[in-house]
Amino acid sequence: MKHATRIGFWLLVIAIGLFSLFPFYYAVISSFRSGTALFSVAYFPESFDLSNYVAVFERQPFGQNILNSIIVAGSVVALSLALGITAAYAFGRIAFRGRSLLLFTILGVSMFPQVAVLSGMFELIRSFGLYNTLPGLILANLMLTLPFTVWVLTTFMRELPKEIEEAAFVDGATPWIVVRRVFLPLMMPAAVTTGLLAFIVAWNEFLFALTFTLTNEQRTVPPAIALMSGRTAYELPWGSIMAASVIVTLPIIALVLVFQRKIVAGLTAGAVKG
Amino acid sequence: MSQSVATGIAPVQSVARGRRSSLTRSRIRAAWTFIAPTVIVLALIAGWPLARTIWFSFTDASLNNLNDYEFIGFENYLASYGGEWFGLLTDPDWWHAVWNTVWFALVSVSIETVLGTVVALILNAAFPGRGIMRAVILIPWAIPTVVSAKMWNWMLHDQFGVINDMLLNLGLIAAPITWTANPDTALWTVVMVDVWKTTPFMALLILAALQMLPGDIYEAARVDGVHPVKVFFRVTLPLIRPALLVAVIFRALDALRVFDLIYVLTANSRDTMSMSVYARQQLVDFQEVGVGSAASTLIFLIIALLVVITMVAGRVRFGEEAR
Repeated sequence: MKHATRIGFWLLVIAIGLFSLFPFYYAVISSFRSGTALFSVAYFPESFDLSNYVAVFERQPFGQNILNSIIVAGSVVALSLALGITAAYAFGRIAFRGRSLLLFTILGVSMFPQVAVLSGMFELIRSFGLYNTLPGLILANLMLTLPFTVWVLTTFMRELPKEIEEAAFVDGATPWIVVRRVFLPLMMPAAVTTGLLAFIVAWNEFLFALTFTLTNEQRTVPPAIALMSGRTAYELPWGSIMAASVIVTLPIIALVLVFQRKIVAGLTAGAVKG
Repeated sequence: MSQSVATGIAPVQSVARGRRSSLTRSRIRAAWTFIAPTVIVLALIAGWPLARTIWFSFTDASLNNLNDYEFIGFENYLASYGGEWFGLLTDPDWWHAVWNTVWFALVSVSIETVLGTVVALILNAAFPGRGIMRAVILIPWAIPTVVSAKMWNWMLHDQFGVINDMLLNLGLIAAPITWTANPDTALWTVVMVDVWKTTPFMALLILAALQMLPGDIYEAARVDGVHPVKVFFRVTLPLIRPALLVAVIFRALDALRVFDLIYVLTANSRDTMSMSVYARQQLVDFQEVGVGSAASTLIFLIIALLVVITMVAGRVRFGEEAR
């Protein structure tokens, strides 16, 4: 009985591991196979053909797409954190009228269905002359990242001991100095966590990127992969699509493995989905 | 009124009484200065676009000319010409999309909750390699949705797909299945990929709740020789229920706005179209900003209703915490 439960337990662990990893594993081995080899199923790596990886960069501006994604996600993280930390200080450390209402309104924004702002956002971006540009995407993405950044950082800010700013205030420091000198260093771990979550959200964002860009050169990675097409409409370049998928997924997997604990802490603190 | 607010500020309490009120005032002023940028940005990129979307839903605007439109009242929602009804609320495709979305949300969230609990219980047990397992289950969650949809599209390919190959080899099916094109399997396929992608999120939230449970209860149960299954249903489940509820609500809200997965996995197929896919198709593909905005507005109202219920329930706890 004892042995049976142990074996059952390990079988379950292995099944979960296989189920989690197999699709990515299969994408990796598919990306190294090309031509007619792809039209047969292989469970184990049998060739190491890099032609799909070359084709991804030759047939479309995929390097540019990656750069676009880095610029968009990086800017979104920087802006969200800059705005988020100052707002979180006010929400977390100062009692003022309307605080809860405002905080809940901001949290409410993170529940907005993206499609609910799509036509209004389209008009806004066009009127700013930002259609088909990266700044347009950065602006749109802030709607997705800023609310939970404020929310999670406020949670962290609340947990800091109350005596922290007391001494600084007694010495006559202004709130701005307190934020910069006292809280910014203390908030670094929380900022890394929320920054990572914001990065993943912006890196994966699809609907805005699909709708607010027109040309392949301005696309970020997700729409570039979704709209990747072959020489004819009926022939999808599966090898290239898998190669592109592996390229953009590896940095995210690396981030997740390195910062696993931080990401889990952030997810559970804010209970937000990335 | 400002007096009662001031008492809420603990750090200032030990400061000399005379300085309290001026310090408090300056801190409250600072609070508004710090919050202003965030509020302005969110009003501009969330509040305003939402208001415009709702406004557009009462107009006949078209995507290629957003400046020239007329107010047409509720005609995008429901209108009658010569005894016949038109509008979104009479469009069978819209109701099909609503049904698809609700079905998808119910089925996927249910499966994810059960599987997530199982995975969380396993990760809560002490076994060698637990840390690695926790990282492994995070991978599906971190992979961009578009990428996972493409990966599954390839695995589910009707001719060269590995899933059909496996099932054929095991003798479970007689002929390859066109997973994403067949109306009978398409929505189940979407559910399966969603389960693969989001069960980790559920598992981690539930795991966090499990790790906060006091150990002595389990000690007592073990000493008394209570069966583990009974312990789970009698002790663990009631204790993690609040956390479970939060996770389920977050997932449900997310599932109701599903777009990426369905759009990439099955394109604009009517069999799997969700509310968001329908709204975007009207807006972008058909250029019907009026009808698309009407659909978007309805989606917003549905989600807003759920959010209000959640926040009213959640506010009580939050209020206690903030004190």
